[in-house]
Amino acid sequence: MNIVVCVKHVPDAQGERGFSDDNTTDRENVDGLLSELDEYAVEAALKITEAEGGEVTALTVGPADAVDAVKKALQMGADKAVHVSDDAIAGSDALATSLILAEAIKKVGQPDIVLFGLASTDGGMSVVPAMVAERLGLPQVTQVSTLEVADGNVTGRRDSDVASETLVASIPAVVSVTDQINEPRYPSFKGIMAAKKKPVEEMSLGDLGVDAGQVGLDNASTKVLDTTKRPPREQGEVITDEGDGGKKLVEFLAGQKLI
Amino acid sequence: MSDFSRNPQLNRLLGIDGLLTEDEREVQALVRRFCDDQVRPHLPTWYDEATVPARELAKGLGDLGLLGMHLEGYGCAGSTATTYGIACHELEAADSGIRSLVSVQGSLAMFAIWRWGSEEQKNEWLPRMAAGEAIGCFGLTEPDFGSDPGGMRTFAKRDGDDWVLNGTKMWITNGSVADVAVVWAQTDDKIRGFVVPTDTPGFTATEVTKKMSLRASVTAELSLVDVRLPADAVFPEVRGLKGPLSCLSEARFGIVFGSIGAARDSLETAIDYAESRKVFGKPLGGYQLTQGKLADMTLEVSKGMLLALHLGRLKDGDGVTPEQISLGKLNNCREAIAVARECRTILGANGISTEYSPIRHAGNLESVMTYEGTSEVHQLVIGNALTGEPAFR
Repeated sequence: MNIVVCVKHVPDAQGERGFSDDNTTDRENVDGLLSELDEYAVEAALKITEAEGGEVTALTVGPADAVDAVKKALQMGADKAVHVSDDAIAGSDALATSLILAEAIKKVGQPDIVLFGLASTDGGMSVVPAMVAERLGLPQVTQVSTLEVADGNVTGRRDSDVASETLVASIPAVVSVTDQINEPRYPSFKGIMAAKKKPVEEMSLGDLGVDAGQVGLDNASTKVLDTTKRPPREQGEVITDEGDGGKKLVEFLAGQKLI
Repeated sequence: MSDFSRNPQLNRLLGIDGLLTEDEREVQALVRRFCDDQVRPHLPTWYDEATVPARELAKGLGDLGLLGMHLEGYGCAGSTATTYGIACHELEAADSGIRSLVSVQGSLAMFAIWRWGSEEQKNEWLPRMAAGEAIGCFGLTEPDFGSDPGGMRTFAKRDGDDWVLNGTKMWITNGSVADVAVVWAQTDDKIRGFVVPTDTPGFTATEVTKKMSLRASVTAELSLVDVRLPADAVFPEVRGLKGPLSCLSEARFGIVFGSIGAARDSLETAIDYAESRKVFGKPLGGYQLTQGKLADMTLEVSKGMLLALHLGRLKDGDGVTPEQISLGKLNNCREAIAVARECRTILGANGISTEYSPIRHAGNLESVMTYEGTSEVHQLVIGNALTGEPAFR
C-alpha cells in the first residue's frame, strides 16, 4: 500500500499572521510549521502502512522553508519526501496548486491512496483534495472521520450536521481526513534522527512538465484585491449588579440573539 | 522548532538559541510539546495529591526516546550528552519530579546496567527500559548513609553460587513502581552492584509519603530481607564506590541543565505576572525593585545555562571530569532555588498557590540541591580539586 500524503507549510497560528504587499499570505516574516490539520493525514497514512506494509511519501509545494513540513512528516515516520519549489509558483491559487500536486503525484508513481488533511490552517479552502482527484481521474472520499482499507477499497465516514455518510471508493483513491480521525503521534527523538537520513527529492516546475504560465499569482483565477486588519477587540460591557443584574444579563443575551 | 525561552524578551536577552544545534532545538520543542500536552495541565493536581502516573508517563517518555537517550545500542537513542541535557532542561521546566523519573531511569538504573552490566543483563533490561515498559530504580543511599555511601550496611553474602542480600535503601526515586532495582551492597570483596527484579521474594518497596518536595514523583524505601539472587545477578567487573559514583556523575550532569529549566520557568512566570499585575495603578514590572529582581535573576539563568552548555560541550568533546560537573551542580542548584524563591515574592500571595510554578519549583529544588551530592559535598569536591586536601571527613 503506497500512500502519498500532501502536506502544507503554514504560518504558525500562534504567531502574528499577516499579508505581504501583493496580498498573498506573508510567509517571510513568520515562523512556519506543518499545518496541524495535516498531521492527522500523516498519522492516518502511517497507521495504514504499519498495518498493511508499503511506503508513505510526504509531498509539499512551497518556497524553500516549506521543506520543514515534509521533514516533520519524515520525523513522524514517513519514508520519503518530495518538495516542489519554483519561484514561479509564488501566489498560486488552489487550481494551480492542484495541478502541481497532481503532476508531482504522477511523477512519484501512481500511489494507492493520496491523503490530505481537512484544510490548510492558513488558506482554509478545503478544495485541493477534490481538484487533485479530478485531475488524476480518481474517486474521492473527502472529510472523513474514520478510514478503513480492505478488499481493494477505502471506506470512511463523513459526519455532517444532519447525517453521517459512509463512503466507499475503489483504490486508487483520494482521501481527506478530519481532526477527529486519530491522535497524531509525536515525532520521537529516534524519528528526528532517522529523518535526517531519509531522502527529500527537490522538484521544479520543469521537472514536472508544468508551464510557468499555468501557475503563480499572475495566472490565478482569483485575486485578493485588498485586506483589512481586524479591528482590535473592543472593551466588553460590564453589567453592575444593582439588584437587576440577572435581568440586564438576559436582555443583553437576547439583544445579541444568543437566547 | 521553538525558542529557548517562551518569553520573547527573555529569549532575546539570553540568546541561547544560537548556541544550540538543530537537533537540540528540535528535542527541546519535542519535550516542550509533550509536557504541555501530558504533564503541565496535571501538575497542580499531581502536586496537591502527591501522586504521579509514573508508569503511563514512562511509556510516553519511552515512546519519545528520552529514556537512556544518551546511551548507545540496546534500543537507546544514542544522542549527544548535550541533547540529553536539553531534554532534562525542558522536563524540569515542567517539574523536577518528571525530570527525576527520567534521570533515575536513564542515568542511574539504565546507565549502571549499560556501563557495568553483563551482556545478558543489558539485553534483558535495557530495551524494555528504553521503551518505558520496565521501570528501574537505583538503591545506593541508606537511612543512615547519604553523603557517606561507603558506610552502607546492606550486605550481599555468597551462599554457594547464589547471593543473599539484606539491608535497607532510602529515598529511592521510582522505588515502589520499579520492575528492577540496581542495588549496591557490601560484599566480602568491596561494594558491588546487583540487578534485582522487584518481584524477587524478600524485596519490598514502601512509598515515602508526607513529603514537602518532589510531590509529583515516587519516592520509596526498599527493604531487602534474605533476597536470594543467582550468581549472574551481580555486575561482573566493578568493585568499590567507583561503580555507583560513575552513575551519580551522569545524573548530576542532567541536573546541571534541569535545575536551570526550573529557574527559567519560574522567571518566565514572574515576568508574565509582573507585566499583567497592577499595583497602585501601574504594572508591577514598572517598579524599580521588581526590575532589579528580574534583572538579577536573568543574570543567574543566563550564567547557569552557559555553564551547563559548556559542560555539555566538554562531555561531548574531550570529556568532562566529575569535579567539573560538581561546579555545575553546585552553582545551578543553588542559583535555581534562589531564583524560584525570588520569583515567588514577585507573585505575592498568588505565589503560594500551586497554580503558579515558582513555589512548586522552589519546593522541588530543596531535593534537587540535596540528592546526587549535596551542595556541601560539591563544595568539598571542588575544594579538594583546588587544594589537593580532601576535607570530606
